[in-house]
Order: sequence, then C-alpha cells, then structure tokens
Amino acid sequence: MNSAEFLLWVRGPGLNIAMVIFIIGMLIRLLEIFMLGRKQNLAELRGNGISAGLRTIFTRSTPADKNSMRRSMFTFVAGYGFHIGLFVVIFLLMPHIQLIQSLLGFGWPALPTPVVDLFTVIALISLMALLWRRLTHPVVRYLSTPQDYLVWAATFLPLLTGYMSYHHLWFPYSWLLGMHILSVEFLLILFPFTKLTHAFTLFISRWYTGMMAGEKGVAS
Amino acid sequence: MNHDKPLGQALREQGVSRRGFLKFCATTASLMALPPSMVPAIAKALESARRPSVIWLSFQECTGCTESLTRSHAPTLEGLIFDNISLDYHHTLQAASGDAAEAAREAAMEENKGKYLLVVDGSIPLGNPGYSTIAGISNLEMLKEVAEHAAAIIAVGTCAAYGGLPHAKPNPTGAVSVEEIIKDKPIVNVPGCPPIPVVITGVLAHFLTFGKLPELDHLRRPLAFYGNNIHDRCYRRPFYDKGLFANTFDDEGARKGWCLFKLGCKGPVTYNACATIKWNDGTSFPIEAGHGCLGCSEPNFWDMGGFYNALSESTMDLSRTAAVGIAVGAAAGAASGLLNRRKKSKAEAAHETVTVKDLQREEKS
Repeated sequence: MNSAEFLLWVRGPGLNIAMVIFIIGMLIRLLEIFMLGRKQNLAELRGNGISAGLRTIFTRSTPADKNSMRRSMFTFVAGYGFHIGLFVVIFLLMPHIQLIQSLLGFGWPALPTPVVDLFTVIALISLMALLWRRLTHPVVRYLSTPQDYLVWAATFLPLLTGYMSYHHLWFPYSWLLGMHILSVEFLLILFPFTKLTHAFTLFISRWYTGMMAGEKGVAS
Repeated sequence: MNHDKPLGQALREQGVSRRGFLKFCATTASLMALPPSMVPAIAKALESARRPSVIWLSFQECTGCTESLTRSHAPTLEGLIFDNISLDYHHTLQAASGDAAEAAREAAMEENKGKYLLVVDGSIPLGNPGYSTIAGISNLEMLKEVAEHAAAIIAVGTCAAYGGLPHAKPNPTGAVSVEEIIKDKPIVNVPGCPPIPVVITGVLAHFLTFGKLPELDHLRRPLAFYGNNIHDRCYRRPFYDKGLFANTFDDEGARKGWCLFKLGCKGPVTYNACATIKWNDGTSFPIEAGHGCLGCSEPNFWDMGGFYNALSESTMDLSRTAAVGIAVGAAAGAASGLLNRRKKSKAEAAHETVTVKDLQREEKS
C-alpha cells in the first residue's frame, strides 16, 4: 500500500466505517439514557426546573467556585487549557470546517492557521501535563484504569499527528495526513464505548442536576 | 539521423551555441540540486555521449507525454536533446511503420543488449491482451520482451508510473503500471499528466552523465524534481496560513488570488516541480492560472474524491453514510430503550412488597 492508496482508504471507506460506528453507538447510548424514564414528581414545584437546568449547563463551565479552584489549580488550568485548545482545533481550523460543511451543508469562518497551531500546542502540553500528574499523583494513579490511558492516547494522537502534518515533521505529508485521519477514526470508534461519551452526557447530567434542584427550589 | 554522432556535435549542427548548451547543463545541474562543480562533468558527458539507444514504448496513453516534450511552442533545448538521443523505436514519432518499425526495435535490442534505455508511457492492460496491441503484439508481451535486456526503465507519465487514467475506477481494462509487472530492473517513475519536459530530459541527462539513475523517493520518483510539495512551494501559501480562501472561481477571493484549498486544490499531497520550474518556459502553472492542483503526479489522482472537493472532505458520500447511521442508530437505540423499559416494568410487576408480617414470620421460624 503506498501513501496515495492509504490516504484514499482513510478518506473514503475508513472514515465512513468510523462515522457509522460513532453515530449508531452514540444514538444507542443517548436513547437508552433518555428512555430510562423517571418517577413522576408528586411534590409541589418550587421553581422552574427547565430554566434552572439550562442555566446549570452553562454555569458549571465557569469557575464560580473559587475554593475548589484554589485547591486544584493544576487540574483546573491544564483541564481548561486542553478542552479549550481541543475545541478551537476541531471547530475553527478551515479544513475541519470544510469537512463539517460537506457533511451538514453549512459552515462558519475559520481562525488563521497559526492561531489554531498555538491552541494545538496548548492542548498538547496540557494533555502531557495531565498524564504526568496521573502517573505521579498516588491517588490519581490508584484510581486510573487501563481505559483512562487508552482514551488519553486516542485523544493525544489526532492532536499530535495533526500538528506533525501542519509542520511536515519527519514523514511525507501524505502519510502524516493519512495517519491523522486514521487516528481520528480510531477516536470516533472508541467514543461511544468509553468515558469519551462525557462530551455528550456531560450536558445531560448537568441539565438533570439543575432541573432537580430547580424544582425543589434550591440553588444548583 | 546519424547514430554515431556525439550529442554535442549533433546539437551544434542544429544551431545550438556552446553557450546555450552550457546554460542548459547549468540549469539541469541546479534543478537536480547538484553542486555547480558538476556542470563541466555534465557538459562533458553530454557533449561526448554517444547517445544511448532508447526504445520508447507507448501503451494505453493519449500521447500527451510525447506532446509535452516535443511540441513546445518553440524548439527548446530539452526538445533537441530528446530528438538527438538515439530514439530507435517510438511508433508515434518514427517514420517507419509496420514490420519495418518492429524490425528496427528488434535490431536495436539485439545491438545494444543490456545497455539500452527503455522509456514507457501508458499503462498496460491485464484484462484482455486484445485491449491494446502494437503490430499484433500485446502490450504485456512487448513490455516483458523489451524490458528483459534493458539497462533501466523510465516510466514517463502517470499512466506508466501508477496506472493513471486507465487505472481509474472501475478500471475496465485492468490497467496496471510498469513497476507492477517488471520487478527485476531499475525503474524511475516520472509521473505527471503530462510530466514537465525538463524533468524527462533531466533524468536522461543524469543517466548520460553518471551512468546511473538519480536518487528516488518512496514512489520511485527522482527526488530532485519530486522532493518538494506543491503546497509548500506555492506562491499562494501565505493566504492559506492567513485563512484567506476563494470560495468560488469568480468571487473576490478568486480575483485577489487567494488560496484554492476550498475549491479542491490537491497541492498539499502533491509532490512535483510545477510551483518552482513551472510550465511553458517558466510562464506559469495551474494554480497561477487560477485553478487548483489536480495532484496529477500522485497515484490514483483520478479517484481522490473529486477535483473540486477539498482535500479534507471524504472521498465517499459521507452525508448518506451519516443518514444511514442515524436511521440504524435511532432504531437500535429505541429498541434497546424499549427492552430496558420492559425489563423494568417486569421487575416492578414481579416485585413483592415486604410487610412487617413477613419479617415477623421469618423471626419465628
């Protein structure tokens, strides 16, 4: 298999297989959660659950709680650095937007490539720092399962290969681009079956927490 | 054409000055990234070269590669050098035809056994030998016969190098490249649709000067010409970096000469010398003319998912795949959810309430 055939496979059959597994897997996971059903709340409502739920989705993303922020400054900085970096890289790099546009039919403006490059570096450094902490902190290390290391690698590889592709590091660009797309396909396939699903379920549980608290009339 | 005349003499007889000849040698040396000290060596070797016998076989091709080399707008040095190599057999260009042509080929093969260069353009059909024949001989048979005693093979054009257009899906003739058939000879691929003329002569000049083939990349292309990426050498690259793109062929971006990535330019995965050497005596190249690179010097360039689709898009219909995924996923998810609900209601129905009485009975027993 030469680089052209490899690139052709990852852009065609590979991407389609990964996409189907990702969509079917995620829909099963989400529908199972939505269809669980809850017991009817017979208590008198003390507030609007829906607006409290929606508010909680957003408020939990802001560092409102200064105390816990101070106590785990490292996780806070590295965690935000990684997640913001990843978001910018996925959704604001022009070739990625072009792919989304071909899939959904609409797109949005991109950031200049060197800016995205900076966010890639932030995300990569943050991920490496988080791995280092996972390996050195006795409690975190004790709590880590093999899956934690697997999803770390699955997230790190697309960022690394993407960075290498843009900077033409060590291998011909065609191979790097192929490896980059293949690593994303690996991530997509792992997504529904690992803790990576939190990218979707996070918002459901935040909404649920907020709604429950809202209906009871307490702050969430 | 006198076969015994050295190349230098033949060129001078056609009005090429010594100065012009040395200029060509210097250009070739710099194009191939050879040190300037090599220029006299190239000049000397070419000057006295007794013109190796070259047999040019044309299989499933469009003659565009020969056209590119020989029909330049003005007679170029590349063209003249090409004319003056001892082209013993080229059925498009030679005067003889039929049996006489085949006799010339066989005579050249016999005379220069183990020393002649074989140039191939066009792919070879494996589906049915009758798809492409010359003088009743199938392409496969002729290639094997001529390759057997060749010193080296130069596969000119993407068809000969990687299968090219005939190899494109669904490949009705079962077309393959030269390197898929001949495994035991040194092969140089000079792909392009067509290749840049000076690249063809550059490889020939290298062979004449050093008696061996130039350094090759992983796709057997001469590194000197195919070592650089079109995207990296593109004069529109700064626009890519700034995020300025043409969205259509006649919008403001297109008029201002912004990057053509969104319009399907395959420059980032294409290795060729177009952006540096350019075409038509260095006039311009496709991107300079406002059209994205098709990636013609890469294998399977016809099947790279559409000339006008961006490189990051899927080569297949991803939207349809996604729609199928959504339908199947929704059905499977709903079924799984319903099964869970049934399990839950069954468990609820089977649930026996424990009363105080039950507990007391247990205590007694």
